[in-house]
Amino acid sequence: MGVRSMFIVFGRWGKYSFSILFFLFYLMNTRAQTAEEIVQKIKAKLEKINDYEAEGKMKTNVAFIKAPVATVKVFYKKPDKLLILNETGISFVPKGSVNININNVFVNMRAFDIIDAGHDDAGLRILKLLPKDDTADMVLSTLYIDEKNTLVKRSKTTTKENGTYELEMSYSKYLEYGLPDRIVFSFNTKDYKLPKGITLDYDDGSEKNGDKLKNKKGTVEINYKNYIINKGIDSKIFNR
Amino acid sequence: MWKLLKIELFKIFKRPRTYIAFGAIAAIVFLFQIALWFDGKTYIELILSNIDTSFDFSEQFKGRLLNGYFVCFAVLNILLIQMPLLVALIAGDAIAGEANMGTLRLSLTKPIGRTQYMLGKFFASSIYTVLLLLFLAVLALFGSMLLFGTNDLVIFRSTSIHQMSQDDIFWRYLAAFGYAAAALTTVASLAFLLSVFADNSIGPIIATMSIVIVFTILSEMNIPLYDRTIKPYLFTTHMVAWKGFFYVRSDEEGATIKGSIENLPAILKSLSVLLIYIFLFVSSAIWIFRRKDILS
Repeated sequence: MGVRSMFIVFGRWGKYSFSILFFLFYLMNTRAQTAEEIVQKIKAKLEKINDYEAEGKMKTNVAFIKAPVATVKVFYKKPDKLLILNETGISFVPKGSVNININNVFVNMRAFDIIDAGHDDAGLRILKLLPKDDTADMVLSTLYIDEKNTLVKRSKTTTKENGTYELEMSYSKYLEYGLPDRIVFSFNTKDYKLPKGITLDYDDGSEKNGDKLKNKKGTVEINYKNYIINKGIDSKIFNR
Repeated sequence: MWKLLKIELFKIFKRPRTYIAFGAIAAIVFLFQIALWFDGKTYIELILSNIDTSFDFSEQFKGRLLNGYFVCFAVLNILLIQMPLLVALIAGDAIAGEANMGTLRLSLTKPIGRTQYMLGKFFASSIYTVLLLLFLAVLALFGSMLLFGTNDLVIFRSTSIHQMSQDDIFWRYLAAFGYAAAALTTVASLAFLLSVFADNSIGPIIATMSIVIVFTILSEMNIPLYDRTIKPYLFTTHMVAWKGFFYVRSDEEGATIKGSIENLPAILKSLSVLLIYIFLFVSSAIWIFRRKDILS
């Protein structure tokens, strides 16, 4: 096609030509991000955090436990150290609570195969992480990601030893660091039963619904008040 | 009446055997505290072994769990089963001891009615019971608080775990000791009743111990037939209701409601049963004694 012919074509389609070019340009720049790109973006965001200390209120909701709402401090240090500490009282901390920190997943992404599983009903991108190492405790981890804000909103991790953990996170003040203001951590609990010969219980008629307490999911909810980020934390604190 | 009560209390605290009970309580509490001081973590691990697959228990957690309030609860759990036997030592001796020494007829020659005399004896036995309980409270509660410090209290029931924050515990112990006083007074009134029938204090003491042991075993058995027919009427079933002050209510999300008691009506019902037993035992003792031919 010569220059003249091109001019004729553009001349004929003149009124649409800029719209088409703009549309093509838009498509090129808004193509769906690949799973790897999303992971890298989140990782870059989380890598800004070397350590943090957060204060919050922890609520334990397990069928067979009645516990008061506790004031806790959560300490994190790169790459995977995490401690939930009740400074004055007693708190039942579930196994696998290290997973309340999503940074743990992104520390060594090379250890996983990432599968893009599309979007859920809420428009969150679903990525499935499969460990390359057959001996790893984790079997599968599913991340639900808010692509726009580059945030992990929800995760579900299945392990060989300790069942399935689920984590839901709400963000507000510490969005730029990818740190949640509220987390709800769900975990499997096993039956709890002690012989009455040991406990010598008083039968006040309140323990008749024992079967309802079996094999339920427990949750731990932490509402964070504030974070102190990258101010340095002594590793000794994690040895408690 | 007050003078009579003072005389009876003087008699009780003049006897060396009165102090056996105080010595026994001190020995048991100290032995228990020493055992938990040196090997308490093993005891804690045994209790936690049921849920250690679901939760992480740090050394700090175990150390805090083994606090004075927890130790006191463990001591009371064991000792309040044995204490009725110590109470029976004095209450069982109230009338039978006088008969044995041949002083009963002499005492009744004084210008006091038999009812007044019996009430004086009963109140003196009850005061001894309360003093014994206070002694236990000082050693088990304050002693344990001093040795092990204070923290939240966690109670392990058969199918549930109840945790109370440390500022929500002390009043529960006051209520529990108050209730335990009523429970032990029930045993004292039983021993007092049996004491009327004997001329030797060993009989009512052993009879009271036997009744308490048999009833306690029946109360702790989990057989549906007994649950419905016998257990609700045994005073030993209701004697453990002091623990009800440590059973808490929770909100919909499982959080402990501060200052709550899971089933206060059940505790009050148990308390009523004990008070009825005390009234029945004491009034029966007085009724029988008023008609009794005093020969010694």
